[in-house]
Amino acid sequence: MIVIVDYGVGNLFSLKSSFAAIGADVIVSSEAEVIRSADKIILPGVGAFEDAAKKLSDSGLGDLLCSLAAEGKYIMGICLGMQLLFEKSLEYGSHKGLGLIKGTVKPIAEVIPADYKIPHIGWNGLKLKGEKSPIFSKIKEGDYVYFVHSFYAAECEENTIATAEYGAELTAAVQNNNVIGCQFHPEKSGEVGLKILSAFCELE
Amino acid sequence: MVTKRIIPCLDVKNGRVVKGVNFKSLADVSSPVELAKYYSSCGADELVFYDITASAEGRELFTDILTRTAKEVFIPLTVGGGINMTADFERVLNCGADKVSVNSGAIKNPDLINEAAKLYGSQCVVLSADVKRVGGQFQVFAKGGRENTGMEAISWIKRCVDMGAGEIVLNSIDTDGVKQGFDLEMLSAVCDAVSVPVIASGGAGRKEDFITLFKTLPKVDAGLAASIFHFGEVDIKDLKNDMKKAGIPARI
Repeated sequence: MIVIVDYGVGNLFSLKSSFAAIGADVIVSSEAEVIRSADKIILPGVGAFEDAAKKLSDSGLGDLLCSLAAEGKYIMGICLGMQLLFEKSLEYGSHKGLGLIKGTVKPIAEVIPADYKIPHIGWNGLKLKGEKSPIFSKIKEGDYVYFVHSFYAAECEENTIATAEYGAELTAAVQNNNVIGCQFHPEKSGEVGLKILSAFCELE
Repeated sequence: MVTKRIIPCLDVKNGRVVKGVNFKSLADVSSPVELAKYYSSCGADELVFYDITASAEGRELFTDILTRTAKEVFIPLTVGGGINMTADFERVLNCGADKVSVNSGAIKNPDLINEAAKLYGSQCVVLSADVKRVGGQFQVFAKGGRENTGMEAISWIKRCVDMGAGEIVLNSIDTDGVKQGFDLEMLSAVCDAVSVPVIASGGAGRKEDFITLFKTLPKVDAGLAASIFHFGEVDIKDLKNDMKKAGIPARI
């Protein structure tokens, strides 16, 4: 069973529908017991880092996710959910993340040329890095996925499994053993996105 | 590199697609769900649902059909039409919309953009502007292009971006329906004024019009059209192949 963590941030409709479309057993929950019983966990998120990080820590779900990650449970963060996996974010200040992946979330504006638009929005091709991650087992180099973000994960080269070219090489996906993050939205990335979610479901 | 987006727009009234759709391959050509699935499978990068319903009952049908579409289509969905307050944002976002486009609602109450951007983020707020040349000036029209607001368009669009609009759909009333190409002059003026993505709308009649658009104005991010896609005059797969041949980044 896949559990999408509901901590009051963002719209979970599309994610839930995507897992349903690939035949996965999925539920949305904010209850610790349910999340603990999951085979795999999805940490979604849109909006501001500070607010989301606070909701995770106030609800106690942040600590729960950290202990489940330590037990080896598969967790995938998506978009802001991916950024929350990092040590900290410099989005309007400096805020602490879950620290499950080494690195810092920084403004895209610092690394791309001035004539590039922010946010990085639209379909961009994936450049796979290092040994191919199992979550990409059903897709290939250059496949397009859908991005919407103004901040990116930096100083995380050792865990980067994909990047996207946007005037700079932006981190598109990361993996630290059982903890995975996608900056893009697999639930909005057509067939390619569904294949990534399906590969995640099949991880053993 | 980010690809140029091709976006079909579906006008939906009382839960059905209107404005003559002509696909022999579809069992029910007026079903937004069927059409959306069709477009999604042939390479559309995004879909716009435009609710032209007048009655409350029709609005319910619309949200029902939107939910059913969103459950089956996994590309970004933008919804417009009848968005006057943040409760309208809430209503369509809960049905699976990813972005919400505002037009007359923002003209009546510009704070709507501010409020919505704060609640849902700028990436969610699309300003749709219907613009026409009047006495040598670009002016904003409201109510589906029927009412001249007298506002100068470029400053209006800039103001909306400052308030938090994350994307602009620029509909040129002058070229709309003429099928002689997009309004490059108007688009160029808007692209020079703002730094958020600009979606061109109004005037596409054939594939070449999209090629000319992206070649002439590399700052334009997407091309939107309705009837030429619905009537099969332009096939999205063909169009994208031609774009790629012309050196324009396209998702194939």
